[in-house]
Amino acid sequence: MVFAETMVAQHVAFGFIAAGVIIGALRVVTTNNVVHAALWLVVVLASVGASFLLLGAEFVGITQILVYIGAIVVLFLFGIMLTRAPIGHTVNLTSKNWPVGVVVALAIAGVLGYTLIDAFGTDHIGNDTRQLTAQVSDTLFQNYLIPFEVISVLLLAALVGAIVLARKE
Amino acid sequence: MLLNEFLLLGAALFAIGVYGVLARRNGVMVLMSIELILNAVNINLVAFGALHHTVVGQIFALFVITIAAAEVGVGLAIVLMLYRNRASIDLDEVDAMRG
Repeated sequence: MVFAETMVAQHVAFGFIAAGVIIGALRVVTTNNVVHAALWLVVVLASVGASFLLLGAEFVGITQILVYIGAIVVLFLFGIMLTRAPIGHTVNLTSKNWPVGVVVALAIAGVLGYTLIDAFGTDHIGNDTRQLTAQVSDTLFQNYLIPFEVISVLLLAALVGAIVLARKE
Repeated sequence: MLLNEFLLLGAALFAIGVYGVLARRNGVMVLMSIELILNAVNINLVAFGALHHTVVGQIFALFVITIAAAEVGVGLAIVLMLYRNRASIDLDEVDAMRG
């Protein structure tokens, strides 16, 4: 009985998350206001973070909120303001060959959807998929220590490169 | 929960992101669409990790988040240079290499 109630609650939560992701993403790629696009992006990123929590990935969910919403969206808003994009409604944010984009996107969605339903039609994720932060950190700092160090050097190089590119001569 | 719920959500998000990359003219908007694509990948990684009861999917998702942060930093610097050189970030006008 408790099992069935948990299942229903999970499906209701997933419905809200999926609605947030799809509606938010469609608004990001269709709105004519650059700042609104950045704010709809927050809705998408928060919904994706909620889906991580629903999957029991607590650390990735919290990192999603911290890094994406806390840092990347702020970077985007800085980028919008530094490039002096018109704040407010603008026409012409969409290229004139957008129908090609629609065709490609529908083709990708069709092929991916057919393949996924064909391959994983009935696979169930267990009801309790919690994975604690301690497990993540143990695996990260035992099996994946070298990739972790490499990626931190990569991040440093990318940020130094960004400063060099953006610096005034 | 069905695995496919999450995988199809990721596929839909990926397709919307690809549409955004192809159809948007503003450089910052294209970078936002790339973020949508990277998030779709992360949903898949975490869902498969949950299916196989392993944390490796989460660890790769963390790596992808790091790469996304680096990519946004460099990408916005490039868009800023574009703006400085051409006073516009309309990608349709960047056609210096058109033959």
